Amino acid sequence: MRTLRWPQLILVAALVSGLLAVRPGLGWAAEHTKGTLVLGTDSVPRHFNGAVQSGSATALASTQIFASPLRFDANWNPQPYLAESWKFSEDGLTLTLKLVKDAVFHDGKPVTSDDVAFTIKTIKENHPFQTMLAAVDSVETPDPLTAVIHLSKPHPAILLAMCPGLMPIIPKHIYNTGGNIKEHPANVKPIGSGPFKLVEYVPGEYYTLEKFDRFFIPDRPKLDRIVVRIIGDVNSMVLSLENNELDAIPQTDDIPAVQRLEKNPQLLVTNKGFEGIGAINWLAFNTKKAPLDDVRVRRAIAWAVDRDYIVGTLMLGKVEPSYAPISPGSPLATEDVEQYKVDLDKANALLDEAGHPKNDKGERFSLQIDFEPDSEFLQHNVAEYLRSQLKKIGINLTVRSSADFPAWANRISNYDFDLTMDTVYNWGDPVIGVGRTYISTNIRPGVMWSNTQQYVNPKVDELLNAAAVEMDQVKRKALYLEFQKLVVDEVPIYFINVVPYFGIWRQGLENIPQSIWGPLSPLDEVHWTGE
Amino acid sequence: MIFFRHLAVRLGNSILLLLAVIVLNFILIHSAPGDPAEVIAGEMGGATIEIIEEIRSRYGLDRPLWTQVVIYVRQIAGGDLGYSYYFNQPVSSLILRRIPPTLLLMIFSLASAAIIGVVLGVISSYAPHSVPSHLITFFSLAGYAAPVFWTGLMLMLLFGRFCPIFPVSGMFDIVAGHHGFAYVWDVLRHLALPSLTLILLNAAQFSRLSRASMLESLSTDYVRTARAKGLNERRVFLVHALRNALMPVVTMAGLQFGPLLGGAVVVETVFNWPGLGRLVFDSILRRDYPVLLGILFISAMMVILANIVTDALYRLIDPRVRGGPK
Repeated sequence: MRTLRWPQLILVAALVSGLLAVRPGLGWAAEHTKGTLVLGTDSVPRHFNGAVQSGSATALASTQIFASPLRFDANWNPQPYLAESWKFSEDGLTLTLKLVKDAVFHDGKPVTSDDVAFTIKTIKENHPFQTMLAAVDSVETPDPLTAVIHLSKPHPAILLAMCPGLMPIIPKHIYNTGGNIKEHPANVKPIGSGPFKLVEYVPGEYYTLEKFDRFFIPDRPKLDRIVVRIIGDVNSMVLSLENNELDAIPQTDDIPAVQRLEKNPQLLVTNKGFEGIGAINWLAFNTKKAPLDDVRVRRAIAWAVDRDYIVGTLMLGKVEPSYAPISPGSPLATEDVEQYKVDLDKANALLDEAGHPKNDKGERFSLQIDFEPDSEFLQHNVAEYLRSQLKKIGINLTVRSSADFPAWANRISNYDFDLTMDTVYNWGDPVIGVGRTYISTNIRPGVMWSNTQQYVNPKVDELLNAAAVEMDQVKRKALYLEFQKLVVDEVPIYFINVVPYFGIWRQGLENIPQSIWGPLSPLDEVHWTGE
Repeated sequence: MIFFRHLAVRLGNSILLLLAVIVLNFILIHSAPGDPAEVIAGEMGGATIEIIEEIRSRYGLDRPLWTQVVIYVRQIAGGDLGYSYYFNQPVSSLILRRIPPTLLLMIFSLASAAIIGVVLGVISSYAPHSVPSHLITFFSLAGYAAPVFWTGLMLMLLFGRFCPIFPVSGMFDIVAGHHGFAYVWDVLRHLALPSLTLILLNAAQFSRLSRASMLESLSTDYVRTARAKGLNERRVFLVHALRNALMPVVTMAGLQFGPLLGGAVVVETVFNWPGLGRLVFDSILRRDYPVLLGILFISAMMVILANIVTDALYRLIDPRVRGGPK
């Protein structure tokens, strides 16, 4: 009779488990733990040192662990953070920062101008965004609370480069040990001066941040603890949120999930807070490959695409259209460019003019389109739509899949493509994230998100270089307007939509981040209602 | 003496086989277009050529493939599985941390699937043409035919959204930080849905096999003899027939371990279970060569070891095999 004992035991255990689980108070769907915020993300941080590693996986944590000289509000205005004041010289070649007095690192050592100088040097030498601090010549430290930054040329984006995501002030006394700073042990056991300190990291699973009691802004942070759970599968993450296992998904572009969660009265869905990232979904052309080396062919394709259909129907009306290189959330953005409202007659005429008549089957030529392998909704769907849409003007388009990101990136960065869907970030200022994809000096084989279109226009180079040193915002905007008109006219890229990032937060959370950097900024003011 | 000589030969062959596995895996994985430097640069949102070259140089990816193979084999021989490009951790510590959750999930699922499958098989064989028997057959086949990820997602929807009595992701509640019995209970609750997914998949096979095996057993002479001796039907059924019918089930339980590991990759990913399966998934996506190779090496070693042990046990148990080839 022994064979029957185990099944019986398991049955009893299952029944007891079920009964206990549904008992109020013992069930899983409990209220949040006081003072704790549980976030879900699908990105794994390689480490937490945002001075040498960009990307939102690292920035989500590093902006909590490290403080930066400035932070930004929702209207792109710099706000004091570690620097209580800042001032440019008359010629725009010197920027003086005055630091707050009471800031200390998590190990109790004071934050000084030496740390600022060391951080700027480190970022300049190691950060992937090389244009960000290229203009910095040197940093003087006349006293512990003053940093004087000398520039080789005016740099209108330098204040933006001092935001939490791009300039975490790292402690010189920890990192100045020689060797490769990208492999420094402190990168996974960071010491910063931000509102939270890292107390535990289980690679690929979760990390826990705890309130730093000596944070230099009084009465902050308001939360005691932030737990960030890494959940690779988006469906699983969304169900975890619905099941109260998470309090928020701070950044997602999963539109079907967003559409469903919007109906949940316990959740608040917002698309605010992603203006700084400025991600655009676009169709890029290999401008050196026939027949796409002919601007008339590229324009014909642009006239054939129905952007309104993509935005309104394919993307369920949840995205904002994009018409130009600078993301619509930026003060430098414009819609005053050719918007290419679908016109198949014009497209056909342009192809005829370019010397590509239709054959007996109504075909002109064949092309291939690539897309990022993990982007079904934003890219693969659009590529499939383009296949049928371009058939209407006699272009036989085939959709090519890539096994994974490296396979796709390898093809695109080595110019083995005709057209590709792509998603590229502005990173706040055109100097940092826009110029790189158009300027002819940045055609660099093997480098993703360089000028992989191989687009060359000396006038565009001239405009980008002039705007990069123009401190007058009005003149700068005019230069970028001319640049955008030129690029849209020559169509090395056809702009489709802003990447629909959303933050999903549980009701009852106050002060959810809505500045231009959204969740990639300190969460020191976030708290639960009544706590 | 013959036994030890044979064992030595098997060990020698196994080392050569292991070497072949390492080299083949290494070459296959490195032959795919693109490399981890592109993943790392990709997640940075862009990088200069200098940074990409520096990443390649840091991880030795700029060296010729054969040089990399030799370095890797030497490293493995020294007991070092390397360093993860992506997780910035030694591969051995990453793998060691992930083995217990996977073993827990697999052993629990396999044992439960075997028990449930046998019970269903026995019920089904008791009256093979009855409605319950047909129902068991139908649900068994449905469970086996449904894709694992689909079953997992349906269970998540059912128990996570509509009837939220079980947690849908992870292995324990990080926030609550339970200890002792509360921790065990917490883990069991988290284990419910991923193991149920694997149980639904595997119980079908056990149920079909035990049903067939029971039917065969019930028609044998010894069962007829037992009945002729006047034993009650329950004793005949459970002691005489079932005990003998269990032999193929036990054999299959052993064979199921490998496929179950494959299923665990999907289930662990869907339920965010922090085991080896999810590590494989994450590493494939990120081209984390050292981790992938480390897991493949460990699995190959386990299979080879299991074969050696089985072979040795056969020789110890069965005198016909002990003598070696004549």
